Amino acid sequence: MSATPFLVLSAILFTIGSVGVLTRRNAIVVFMCVELMLNASNLALVTFARVHGNLDGQVAAFFVMVVAAAEVVVGLAIIMTIFRTRRSASVDEASLLKY
Amino acid sequence: MNVALQETLPVVEPSATSGALSLLWVIIALPALGATVILLLGNRRTSGFAHLLGCATVVGSFVLSLVCFVTLLGRGEEERQVVQKLYTWVEAGSFSADFALLYDPLSALFLLLITGVGSLIHVYSVGYMEHDARRARFFAYLNLFVAAMLVLVLADNYLLMFLGWEGVGLASYLLIGFWQHKPSAAVAAKKAFVVNRVGDIGMALGTMLVFTTFGTVAFAGVSAAAGEASQTTMTVLGLLFLLAACGKSAQVPLQSWLLDAMEGPTPVSALIHAATMVTAGVYLVVRSNFIYDHTEAAQTAVVVVGTVTLLWGAVIGCAKDDIKKALAGSTMSQIGYMMLAAGLGPAGYAFAIFHLLTHGFFKANMFLGAGSVMHAMDDDVDMRHYGALQKAVPVTFLTFALGYLAIIGVPPFAGFWSKDKIIEAAFGENLVVGTAALLGAGITAFYMTRVMLMTFLGSKRWERGVHPHESPKTMTVPLVVLAALSAVGGLLLLGDWVVEWLAPVVGAEEHHELAVPPIVVSLVVLLVVAAGVGLAVALVGRREVPRTAPTSVSFVTRAARADLYGDAINEGLLMRPGDSFVRGLVSFDDHTLDGAVSGTGGAFGGLSSTFRRMQTGFVRSYALSLLLGALLVVVAMLAVNL
Repeated sequence: MSATPFLVLSAILFTIGSVGVLTRRNAIVVFMCVELMLNASNLALVTFARVHGNLDGQVAAFFVMVVAAAEVVVGLAIIMTIFRTRRSASVDEASLLKY
Repeated sequence: MNVALQETLPVVEPSATSGALSLLWVIIALPALGATVILLLGNRRTSGFAHLLGCATVVGSFVLSLVCFVTLLGRGEEERQVVQKLYTWVEAGSFSADFALLYDPLSALFLLLITGVGSLIHVYSVGYMEHDARRARFFAYLNLFVAAMLVLVLADNYLLMFLGWEGVGLASYLLIGFWQHKPSAAVAAKKAFVVNRVGDIGMALGTMLVFTTFGTVAFAGVSAAAGEASQTTMTVLGLLFLLAACGKSAQVPLQSWLLDAMEGPTPVSALIHAATMVTAGVYLVVRSNFIYDHTEAAQTAVVVVGTVTLLWGAVIGCAKDDIKKALAGSTMSQIGYMMLAAGLGPAGYAFAIFHLLTHGFFKANMFLGAGSVMHAMDDDVDMRHYGALQKAVPVTFLTFALGYLAIIGVPPFAGFWSKDKIIEAAFGENLVVGTAALLGAGITAFYMTRVMLMTFLGSKRWERGVHPHESPKTMTVPLVVLAALSAVGGLLLLGDWVVEWLAPVVGAEEHHELAVPPIVVSLVVLLVVAAGVGLAVALVGRREVPRTAPTSVSFVTRAARADLYGDAINEGLLMRPGDSFVRGLVSFDDHTLDGAVSGTGGAFGGLSSTFRRMQTGFVRSYALSLLLGALLVVVAMLAVNL
């Protein structure tokens, strides 16, 4: 079984995710796109683990999932707080911290 | 010439002190103690007794000097150099300088002059400064002055001499600026100090060169090894010490402070001009005879400086209406005579010292006399406001007249003997120098006669409300004593006593054969003096003296009134170029150095204000740069691996 389709899928997902991060304004969507990128890399890790026949890639994927879960907790809390104070979830409007 | 000379040159070879001479240090300690006590206790607490203490310490020093002098007289010629080592002053590596006092015929004469004339000036100051609230402080400074001068003439090495040298400079600064509430006095004091510093550079460099050349700064060591150093070194040393002497003795080109120094109280002027300070330069040259005897070039320089100064001072003296400034010009001129004599080598050293002594007597006499006149005229110094004072202040007049006769060189008064000898020696050396000295004698006669006529004779030109009165006894007694000394000072030359007395220190006289017998020279000098007096009588005595100085005067008079443009020369040649140089340095500092530093800072500031625009505040642009960065890293890794 070839690894190529999995890697191509992973690349497509990562690209979608990164384009979404760069183009979307809604913080929730940006957040989801970040998750998409993380999972794309998970897919690549798992695929390579299979190709090499060891568990290193799968272990790394688990770590990524744990970090992503923690990130969701903190990230969503921040987005909630911003929305409460500004009545908007647009990432462009939270632009006070600049030169 | 030097080879033959070296064998006859005297060497400083002192023995240890004993008997009365072991009290040598007390001579310095007494005035130093007086100054310390008065200065530490302060003006207010000592005002009751400071003048008594000040006089007592100096008179005590004078008595001790006399005792030492008599002891020295009683000794054989070979035993007349003694040294008293008090302690090792400075010791570092191979350098060592003792706080040691050298007492020989030369310093013996100076001790007598300094403490003797100094005592009289102290006594005079009691009366002169009676109404000054800071009289106690004045006496402290006078004592300090005397103490510093005594250190200078008793030092047995150049370093200790430098201590006294600087002490004299400090004391003169304090005293010239004693009336510091007058801006002119404060400025004059500063000027004297600064000009003296220029001379001090010569003294300091000379001392260093002496050490590097001979490995010691003691006179004994240097004089013993003097023949071994190279001619060039000796010439440089001679010129450096000449620079030092020019500063202290107000010789051209460092003469400009002397006339301004008249801002000080009159006793200070007398002290500076007669007993201390200006004599220090002559002392330095005579003391360093073992250096000058080895370098004809430096000797010639000394002669030239002396000759130029004696005419320079005399010309200035002719045009001044301020009685003290006229006398100051005269001092410059007379010190010029001494330098001239000192530059003549063993033939002149003794005459330089002889003239220094007689000048000390008559110049102190005349300065104190001028002070007495000022006292009578409510501190007016303009001779155009004097006239016909001989009846009002008879004692001052008579004593001043004796000083006058002495300075213009009328036999048998002191100045005749000393000045005549110098002119004779100058003719023996060089016809031009001799003629200049002769001319100087004529000009001296002219301006001193002018001072005499304008002050004491002629018609009354007094300011309204001035009632001249004779000064109190404390002032007239010193005048009488000094006048007596001016009259009989020439006795020192009796049987060439002073020449023989100084021979162990400065060497024996080389007899110059003159084309004409000495008596002819004396007669010519007298004729020139008479011509000077006659000219003054014709120009000043026969006419009415205007109460204000005439403005339509010849170029020479204008130049002389402006001190022969000494200040203008200093300003044009030294001060202005120095000023522009410093301005240039400051602008280089401001623009080039500071410019480079602040330019660098400014460039980085501008750069960062450009770069900070990258912080837009838009999260997505940060995300883009993150992505691009990551891509860059990936591409780089691929490029390296492939």
